[in-house]
Amino acid sequence: MEMPTPDGTVLARRDHIVDRLRAVLPFEAVIDGANEIRAYECDGLTAYRCPPLAVVLPGTTAEVAHVLTICSDEGVPVVPRGSGTSLAGGTLPTADCVVLGVSRMNAVLDRCYEDRWIQVQAGITNLGVTAAVEADGFFYAPDPSSQLACAIAGNIGMNAGGAHCLRYGVTTNNLLGVRMVTMDGSIVDIGGAHLDAPGLDFLGVICGSEGQLGVVTEATLRILPKPEGARPVLIGFDSNERAGACVSGIIREGILPVAIEFMDRPCIRACEAFVGAGYPDVEALLIVEVEGSEAEIAEQLATIVRIARSHEPTEIRESGSEAESARIWAGRKSAFGAMGQIADYMCLDGTIPVSELPEVLKRIGELSRQYGLKVANVFHAGDGNLHPLILFDANAPGELDRCEALGAEILRLCVRSGGCLTGEHGVGVEKRDLMFEQFSPDDLEAQMRVKDAFDPRWLLNPAKVFPLEVSGGRLEA
Amino acid sequence: MRPVCESELAEAIASARSGIRIRGGGTRQGLGNPVEAESCLDTTGLSGIRLYEPGALTLIAGAGTPLDEVESALAAHGQQLPFEPIDHRGLLGSAGEPTVGAAAACNLSGPRRIQAGACRDSLIGVRFIDGTGTVTKSGGRVMKNVTGYDLVKLLAGSFGTLGVVSEVTFRVLPAPETRAVLLIDGLSLEMAVAPLSSALGSPWGVSGAAHTPSGLDGHPVTMIRVEGSADSVAYRSERLRDHLAEFGDVRVETDPLATAAGWRWVRDAESFHGRPGDVWKVSVRPTDGPRVVRSVRLSLADVAEPSVLLDWGGGLVWLCVPEDHDIRPSLRGISGHATLVRAAPATRRKIGAFHPEPEPLVRMARSLRARFDPRNILNPGIMAGPRPENG
Repeated sequence: MEMPTPDGTVLARRDHIVDRLRAVLPFEAVIDGANEIRAYECDGLTAYRCPPLAVVLPGTTAEVAHVLTICSDEGVPVVPRGSGTSLAGGTLPTADCVVLGVSRMNAVLDRCYEDRWIQVQAGITNLGVTAAVEADGFFYAPDPSSQLACAIAGNIGMNAGGAHCLRYGVTTNNLLGVRMVTMDGSIVDIGGAHLDAPGLDFLGVICGSEGQLGVVTEATLRILPKPEGARPVLIGFDSNERAGACVSGIIREGILPVAIEFMDRPCIRACEAFVGAGYPDVEALLIVEVEGSEAEIAEQLATIVRIARSHEPTEIRESGSEAESARIWAGRKSAFGAMGQIADYMCLDGTIPVSELPEVLKRIGELSRQYGLKVANVFHAGDGNLHPLILFDANAPGELDRCEALGAEILRLCVRSGGCLTGEHGVGVEKRDLMFEQFSPDDLEAQMRVKDAFDPRWLLNPAKVFPLEVSGGRLEA
Repeated sequence: MRPVCESELAEAIASARSGIRIRGGGTRQGLGNPVEAESCLDTTGLSGIRLYEPGALTLIAGAGTPLDEVESALAAHGQQLPFEPIDHRGLLGSAGEPTVGAAAACNLSGPRRIQAGACRDSLIGVRFIDGTGTVTKSGGRVMKNVTGYDLVKLLAGSFGTLGVVSEVTFRVLPAPETRAVLLIDGLSLEMAVAPLSSALGSPWGVSGAAHTPSGLDGHPVTMIRVEGSADSVAYRSERLRDHLAEFGDVRVETDPLATAAGWRWVRDAESFHGRPGDVWKVSVRPTDGPRVVRSVRLSLADVAEPSVLLDWGGGLVWLCVPEDHDIRPSLRGISGHATLVRAAPATRRKIGAFHPEPEPLVRMARSLRARFDPRNILNPGIMAGPRPENG
């Protein structure tokens, strides 16, 4: 992965910069020891690492503003970081950068059930938000798989999704407002507990901008009343194509389940070996979950089962109890851990139109054979968000390269099928150089204008999202 | 100018020598600040549904496609646009065919906004032409998409000032099989938000929550809508009726025509049609809705009584007040924003149709517009701040 050459003048001023940061932050909030810094040298995309110049962990918005003012003044790049769970290298440091972690800012600031919102500091975990309101019958809808660890700050940066966004939308559809610090140290409030923007929808473009427009320190989030109940049905098929056709059939019928999850045989077998969820040994299975009262659940499941039967299922297993529901979900939720037990893997995140599922799954199978690398599929089928896991051996010479080449090939396939490179993980550094597969130079130019307006010197989260050959010119400007 | 394809549209913009007023069906020309432009760009030539995949909940259409055409095509497959856009013809006294491009460019969302999101939440892709005539796309035809910055959101509600939308892609939803409306009569405005909040905080899937102090029969009525399959709607309206009993007698209306007409009445602010005065739309926290009305009433002293409609559970306050009266000073201390929807051009210019934003955001908006429309030719001035000196 090509990264920009670190600015030698910044590296040379390291002590001076750290001193200035120390002057505005508590002692323990500035980390500059070689060993301690190493914890921040990478995120969930562990193939790429680079220790930063220093790490700061401010505790207030004012401290964030101080840090950004100093870094702006010194011309030091800043990499904002939530919990560091990005799978796309969204928080990969550069050697001349300061990593700004918001993990110490994790408090719930306010909440209102009458108006259905919660205001939090951005370092709180995704699950921490739901935990703060669930005793009162509410929840926060976006549910990325990493929700135990990932921070709302990162969820906003990457516009995180999850299994249940088929029904409830992704982060951008559940975000009401932010407090943000721009690179020049200005604190701005955008949105709030009311709906819609008075003018241009800045909130909409900040969400998913991968920390390149500002550092979000607080967020106001929409919370929803918990449904009365929820229950999944597990449906097995003897081909991926049949399972894919069934997904489209369910949606066409007018049913909107809260989740439709897909797993193929390699993934099913790995999960069985790992947690023993009791999955049938089939080519593909769907987990379809619906919500509501007992009667509403029964009505929806009956329709889903009727549709599924027309796609020649080999197995239909309706959950009859909480325990059975938990077992059905257990395998799916442990899928990534299970795959990690049997091999190294690279997790892709392309999205395709649901109608293309059968064809794309077939092509992925062909590509897998062509490259001689196994691909396991486990993904959010209802909205076409694929997570092909390419299995490889990191110690075998050349296998990582082959894996990356296959990954790029699959993502190109997603784009050609009418989809996109990334559905919920973000571009980061991982998909940066594939952006021209999806966008014309003019399309990217329009996006970079937004970056120019918010961060004219391109100091925030450098070398992410845009191919270096197009962003490079702007760095020098 | 009436281009019939995207490249003609791009050419028209690139070769423009001065300001252009952008026009779809012409039913919403009264929105925003008055545009000072010599020429008019009509987008109705960019018409037609390009792709509709019911099984993927996706519809792509040219910006000039009539909303009606899109809604009919969706209805034929039991689907609908989730965001229930307002028809401005009655309120603004305009004529013509509303288009999908204008719904997107103005980010128009009706009563279902509280459940299904705004127009911008359903808009998953756009193609647009910026002020230099460059064709640009953002988003795509899938909902889960975080590839690059979300310019779709930025374009939605930008009233054409960042670019002229040429094509829109919507994520659509299944249309509900049936609907029921729970009605509580006689609540004061101050008392009306509590049942709305209570219903919206319940698990029974409320898709509309409104209150009018003066319904069709002249009396206050509070309205809560549930939609879905027949059995589910019957069940949920029963549960909600019990749940809301503490707020008064609850009636359940299930007649399809009556309930459709009732929510159209809310969506289009029909109580203000043909009534003199300026119309404002104020977005606040739902529980602040009554406070907005109180403050505006106070500012009018004995001069007049404002006409009021609460939607979005109380969070959207529609007000009809005497002409040329700026309600914003009376809303200080209430977080949210007030948009002047209907007023004489001179009033809109003086007061500003859009709520003034804090300085850093004004700067940011100016900087973005200068980059997307460096010659300031796209709907010039439509989102400008108030200009009292010209009053």
